Order: sequence, then C-alpha cells, then structure tokens
Amino acid sequence: MTNRNAVELQELHKSFGTTRIIQGVSLAIREGERHAIIGPNGAGKSTLFNLISGRYEVSSGHILLHGEPITNLRPFEINRKGLSRSFQVTNIFHNMSVYENVRCGVLWSAGYRYSFWQRIGGLQDVRRRAEEIMERIGLARRRDTLAGTLTYAEQRALEIGITIAGGASVVLLDEPTAGMSRTETAQVVELVRTVTEGRTLVMVEHDMGVVFNLADRISVLVYGEVLATGTPEEIRSNPAVQEAYLGGLHKDEAAHADGSHA
Amino acid sequence: MEFFLVQTLNGISYGLLLFMLSSGLTLVFSLMGVLNFAHASFYMLGAYLAFQISSKIGFWPALVAAPVLVGAIGMLVERWGLRQVHKHGHVAELLFTFGLAYLIEEAVHLVWGRSAVDYRVPAELDGPLFQIMGSQYPIYRGFMMLVSVAMLVTIWLALTRTRIGLVIQAALSHPQTVEALGHNVPRVFMLVFGGGAALAGLAGVIGGNAFVTEPGMAAAVGPIIFVIVVVGGMGSLAGAFIASLLIGCMQTFAVSLDWSLGGIKVAQVAPVLPYLLMVLLLIFRPKGLMGTREG
Amino acid sequence: MTYQPINLGRWIIWGSAALLFAAAPHMFPGGFALTMLTQMGTLIIFALSYNMLLGQGGMLSFGHAVYSGLGAYVTVHVLNLVGKGVLQIPIPLLPLVGGAAGLVFGVLFGYVTTKRAGTTFALISLGIGEMVFACVLMYPGFFGGEAGISTNRSAGQSFLGLTFGPAIQVYYLVALWCFLAMAAMFALTQTPLGRMANAVRDNPERAEFVGYNTQHIRFMQLVLSSFFAGISGALSCINFEIVSAENVSAIRSGGVLLATFIGGVPFFFGPIIGAVVFVFFIVALSGFTKAWLLYLGMFFVLMVIYAPGGIASLILMQFPVIRAGRWRELALPYALAALAALLTLAGLIGIVEMVYRLSEQGASTVLNVLGMSFDARSAPPWFVFAAVLVAGLAALRWTSRRVSERWGEIQLALQAKAAA
Repeated sequence: MTNRNAVELQELHKSFGTTRIIQGVSLAIREGERHAIIGPNGAGKSTLFNLISGRYEVSSGHILLHGEPITNLRPFEINRKGLSRSFQVTNIFHNMSVYENVRCGVLWSAGYRYSFWQRIGGLQDVRRRAEEIMERIGLARRRDTLAGTLTYAEQRALEIGITIAGGASVVLLDEPTAGMSRTETAQVVELVRTVTEGRTLVMVEHDMGVVFNLADRISVLVYGEVLATGTPEEIRSNPAVQEAYLGGLHKDEAAHADGSHA
Repeated sequence: MEFFLVQTLNGISYGLLLFMLSSGLTLVFSLMGVLNFAHASFYMLGAYLAFQISSKIGFWPALVAAPVLVGAIGMLVERWGLRQVHKHGHVAELLFTFGLAYLIEEAVHLVWGRSAVDYRVPAELDGPLFQIMGSQYPIYRGFMMLVSVAMLVTIWLALTRTRIGLVIQAALSHPQTVEALGHNVPRVFMLVFGGGAALAGLAGVIGGNAFVTEPGMAAAVGPIIFVIVVVGGMGSLAGAFIASLLIGCMQTFAVSLDWSLGGIKVAQVAPVLPYLLMVLLLIFRPKGLMGTREG
Repeated sequence: MTYQPINLGRWIIWGSAALLFAAAPHMFPGGFALTMLTQMGTLIIFALSYNMLLGQGGMLSFGHAVYSGLGAYVTVHVLNLVGKGVLQIPIPLLPLVGGAAGLVFGVLFGYVTTKRAGTTFALISLGIGEMVFACVLMYPGFFGGEAGISTNRSAGQSFLGLTFGPAIQVYYLVALWCFLAMAAMFALTQTPLGRMANAVRDNPERAEFVGYNTQHIRFMQLVLSSFFAGISGALSCINFEIVSAENVSAIRSGGVLLATFIGGVPFFFGPIIGAVVFVFFIVALSGFTKAWLLYLGMFFVLMVIYAPGGIASLILMQFPVIRAGRWRELALPYALAALAALLTLAGLIGIVEMVYRLSEQGASTVLNVLGMSFDARSAPPWFVFAAVLVAGLAALRWTSRRVSERWGEIQLALQAKAAA
C-alpha cells in the first residue's frame, strides 16, 4: 500500500428531489488497498458507487481517480480511465454466451474500439484474454452457454469477470456475494482475492465474515454520512459503529474475542 | 393587429386540439410504457363515426356516442391485442400499434372509400362568434376550445380527485405494488387505454368537421403529435401542453403569413417547421422541454 | 437470440446462394417473374440494411426510406449526367454513388437521430422522414415535385457490351450487388463494432460501463446501414428509371419495416425471406384484390402477436424437432390447423371483398369467385361468409390447441433428453 490515493471523494452530496441520500461524504481510498463499505440498508452505499462510476450525477462535491477529477463524467469515460464496477442486480448480456460476455469487457481496453474492418474471430489477443478471464472466474467449461441460462452464482461470477476483463486498476464490486450459500460465498471470496491482486478494490458488502476476511480498511456509511473509517479491528471496537450497525450480536463476539466490551 | 389576434386565437384552438391528442398519448405512455402509434387513427375513427352518426341522427348525439364507441374499440384492442403483445417487450408493442394504424386506415378505406367525406359543422354552430375590429371569429372555433378545456379539466379532476384516479397515478410508477394491494391493474390498463382512445375520438369529433375528414387525416396529424411529445419531453403533460400551443400557433401563423424567405414562401415551408423545431431541440436540449421519462 | 450461423459449412451456403441468384431467371422464366425477382433483390438489400438497425442494433426506425430515397435521387441526377455525356461512370458502379449519398445523409441525420434511444429514436426517425418528404415537395428544382425525376439507364456508353436496357441485364446487376451487399453486411456482424452493437441492443447500460459510448456505436451502425440503403435506392432508380417523392415516403419506410419483421428480425437471413414474401404479396396480391394492404396489415399484426420472430423463427423452430425425428407427429395437427386457417380466411376474404364492392362507387356489387357469384346487396351471402368465418375461427381455436399440446409434449421430451 502506498500513500497515493486511488479514489478520493470530497464533500460529496447527492439528493433526489428533496430527499438527501449522500450528505457530505469525504473518503480517501489508498492505491492497492481493499476497502469495504458497510452500513445498514438505505445508507446510500449503492448510490455512492453510482456516483463514483458515473451512473448518477453528483449534487455537489468532487471525485478524483488517481488524482484526476472524474466528477460527472460519463460512465464510459470513467471506465476508460481505469475504473470498473459490478452491479448488485446482475447486469450481464443475457443473450450472449459467457465467452462473448467476457469478450465485450475486453474489447475496448484491447484497443479495437469501433473497428468494423477486422474480423473479431481472428483477434488472437482478445481471445486469449477472454479465455484467461473465464479460467479465473471458473466458467471456462461454460464458455458457449447463454448467459441468461446460467445459475445465479455463475452469473455473479460472470458479473465479476466482465468487470475485471478490461484490466481496470480500480475495481468496484457491489455486493458480490449477495444471495449466496456459504460455499458459494467462500468461492467468491477467493475469486475476489486473486483477481484484485495488485489492484485497488472497493467493495460494498453485508456479509461481515467476507468483510473482515478481505478488507484492509472499512468505512461505515449511515444515513449518507461516513460514521468511521479504519482497520477491521478499529471498526469492530468503535462504540458508535457497534451502536449504529453491528449491534448487540457483535458485542458478545467482541467480549469473547478480546475481552473488550461496549 | 386584428389579424394577429384572430390568428392567435386560431392557433390556440388548434393547439388545444393538438393537446387533446398529445395528452391522451402521453397518459397512455406514462402509464403503460407503450407509445400508441395508432392514437391518431382513433382520432380519425372518431371523426368518421361522428360523420356517420350525425348524418343519421345529429351532431349532438354524435358528440357523445362517437367517443364512447371509439373508447370501446380501444378497450377491445387493449384486451385482445396489446395485452398479448406485452410480454414481447416495448418494441413489439410499438410494432403492434403501428400495424393497428395500418389496419384502421385500411378499414376506413374499406367502409367509407378513399375520398373525403362531407362532415360538416352543424348549422347551429356555424357562423361568427364575435367580431374583432372587422374580422369575424367563428363560433365553432370557440366551441372547440370550450370542449377541449372542459375535457382536460375533467380529466385532471378525475385523476387527482377520484379513487380510480389515485389508483392510476400509483400504477403509473409501481404497477406491481398496486396489484399486490388488490387493485385490478389489467382492468385499469384497459380503462386507461380506452380512455385515451376516447379522448382521441372526441378530438376527432370536434376536429373532423373543422378541418377535413379523409383517410389521410391520421397520417397527417400523427407525426405532429409525436413531435409534440418528443419536444415537450416524453411523459410530461406540461411539456406536451407548451409544445402543443407552440406548434399550434406556429403552424397557424406560418400558413397564413405572406412572407418570403430566400425565394420560398413561409406558407410553403409550414409543413416542415415542427420537424425543424424537433431537430433544433434535439441538438441543444435532447431531453425535451420538460423531459421526465426516458423512452 | 444470437447471430450464430448454422454451421453447415459457410462455403456451401454462400455458394448455393450465388448459384440461386444466377439461375433464378431460368427457374422462373417470363417478364413478370423477372420484374419480381429484380424487385426482390433490391428489397433484400434494403431490408438487410434496415435490420442492421433493428435486429442488430435494437434501433426501431420509421424513416429508413430517407437514406435509400435520397441515394436514389442523387443517383438519378448522376445517371442523367452520364446520359448527357457530362460524367463518365459505368452503370455497374452507380450503386456506389447511391451508397455514398446514403452515407452522407446517414452522417447528417444520424447525428441528430442517435442522440436518443428507444421509443424516442423511433419517433425522431419518423419526424426526420416526414421532414425530408415535405422538403422533397418544396424543392421541385432538385426533386422534380410530385412527378419526380425520370431517367434512361441505357442512354450512356455501354459497359463491356451491356447497355442495361434489357430487363435481364438489370436483374443480373441487381443480383450481383445483392450478393455483394449480403456478404458485406454479414461480414460486418462479425466485427468488434458489429458485436458491440449487439451488446448495446441487449444491455446499453452495461456497454457504457465496459468503456463504450453507446451513442457512438448506434451512430456508426446507422451510418453503415444508410450506406447499404443508398445502394438499394440506386438500384431501384436504375430498375424503374424514375425517382419520386414516394421513394422517401413514410409508406416506403413502413414497407421495409413490415418486410423485415415478417421475415424475422432476430436472424441475419430473416429480412431476405421477408423481402421475398413481401414483394410476392404486393405484386401478386395487388393484382387480385383492392384490399391487399388490409390483408398485409392483418398478417403483420398477427405475426406481431403470435410469431414475433418472423417466418425465420417459425422455420428454425422446427429444426430441433426434425433432428429428433419427431416432426411426423406434428404433420397432422399442422395440416388440420392449416385447413381451419383456410376456412377462416375464406370467410374473412368474402366479407372484406363484399364490403369493398359496396363502398366503392361505380364498381359492380357482385363478387365472383370460383364460378359462383354473390351479390353484396342481398343478405344471404353475408350470412354464408359470416358462418364460414365463425366456423373457421372455432376450428382454428380447436386445432391450434392440439398443435400446442403436441408441441409442448415434444419440447418436454427434447428437454428431458438434453438434461440426461
């Protein structure tokens, strides 16, 4: 981990009409770190992702990517600068095969842009990269299956695959383990760990096991504001956080684990 | 001066008629997400049915009966046609209504022939309403404005003050929730679609005799209505209102002015003006004047 | 629904297509057949170009005739200049002129129309179409007003001994360009742009998040599509030797939409089928009855409701069943349903034709069919046809239920076998 910030949020505000969702979020995510954003439902976690990735426009504030301002840029512009995101509700190309899905994620960064004079079947580098990604997400044997017919867990894996296919240096994953069983979750955790090696990861998650397993630092978002930021231990023992989010369950766990108590 | 006043009034009455049509279209689009390509065809049906009824019985019965008939046809179309297509997506719905427009036009050819029919303003409404400095303003135009405004106020009241209106408003954004609450949403859809058709039919009853009633009338006014909806912003009633009046006045003035621009008379260019407006708007303000819902 | 070509050997398919093009005039001899074939060839190019927008890009356009029509207008002027000796362009290269014109207008109008997507795009395309149509009538100098601009395709110098006066020469010119255009448009589907256009069609949002400007993709797809539309316009100009406002009309735009949809939007070869069926419908049917457009409209609406994938989808659906050797079980239900459909059709046609006889001034009110005559003014024929119609509908309801039952059985069995 270096001291340069991969993503920096400065006094971010977002309102929908009169409803204020994000109320002054300032956050710095260091390059190379794995950063988790947790918080109760409705806290604004997905909205934050949407602001950073360009899906929504900010009401006020600034967003910096590797020091460069990306506030209110369009999603494809932000993606080209090296930031890629996955979606909480699986957002894949249902009518294409797994291979074609991943290939879509590869094409732009491979430099082929809007080419209509090259036969896509003959682009070896695109094919190699797509096959490599499919291996890593464990879908190589489902290569020609229509994405719409995959199982839920497979679709979530594909979702991650499309997100990392372009080689983005900053990866945003929105609830990657949502709706999964224990085994599936464990597999996804390993997958996330390996594919984000050497990259910056920002993750929204509800599963505390996953969060404490993967994250270097955690930010707690409540009612559109950051309550606390710190290492897992700091967050775990933060009384305000326990009050607002982790609740009594964790008080017992903490009491057992290291003798501290609220 | 009087020319300006008379033409403004004409423009407003035409604009109100256009709003009657575009508001029905916008309501159906906002509620059901489907743009009814055959909306102008219901307008045409209203005019033809009114012609038929008024030549047998009279204009005033036609004013009531024709829209009701068109509304009934609309409900049948929704129940037996649109509902089946719904599962295939928005493009299929649009194509269905597109085919429907073809069918209605051909059916009109079939029954009433290819030339215009003599649908006339009734004798009691024919004549000058008042005089402005020497120019006469026809009663019928005033009648048109009256009917338009009355109908629009009625609809606004129905939507905001009655229970069914509230259900419709809720179903506008959350049809499944409304259905889960026990309301018969498919029936609501049928009523709304039929209502939109009836509204278009009423516009046909009062517009058909002021302008011309012929098989090409749907194809003539249809594109203008779509331009209004795009210019006003898809799904925005306020935008449709402004755009209707704007284009109504623009058309009326352009046709009656005697200017020339670079060798071409403005009156000749008149048909193109709404589309030019649309193109300009798209370049500088793609969302429309007051766009809310993405198409 | 993807664009996977059936892997029966690409060379076989394209080779057979070329052979078919070459042999068609001999398989269907006669002047009438030749006109139909030539028209089919032109419409195939037009419909394929339209499907670049709809089937591949997800863009529904109601104004595609603008590009083919303006391409035709430019071509007709160039052709007239060639005839006067001012320009020296061989006739076989004229479609490129039309294509270039289509391309230029594609860039011009495409910039504005692709600013929005979905339903709004459809409406804008309609508006642009109406605008161009109105302009054509406003500037008779270039567009020739209502009558249009006529030309003579054999006025210039001959090319390799061909004057392109005889219809057979025009057919082979159209056939050649049709084959080339088909190959080019198919090749385009296999490029990065082609694939991303499919992605934008399926999920425009995700396409943005993998680095693509969806508006730009749609713009490029439209520009390429208008190039081919312009080629078809030029061929139409050469074939009919006249270009008028009808070439840019909403009717033309609607026609190519109908043809493409009837053939099958989700498949590359769908529009080819659609173009053939459409030309046949129009040319053959319009000779028999004045109500042909009504029948076409009904056919279209029924397809939208019951077979939105077009004729192509209906054909392709049968293949898994055929391969499993079970198509014989469907033969009887299909045949019965077809009979019921014919019955319904007979009743419908009878009523429609009688209504036409009544409403049209100056026509006889007698309907002559199969040696029998029915006077539309008397009551009995109405009852007869109405009864036939009702009986047909009832039979159709019953037989189609049998078809779907049998179909369901077979599908279940096939799925079970696939899962095992």
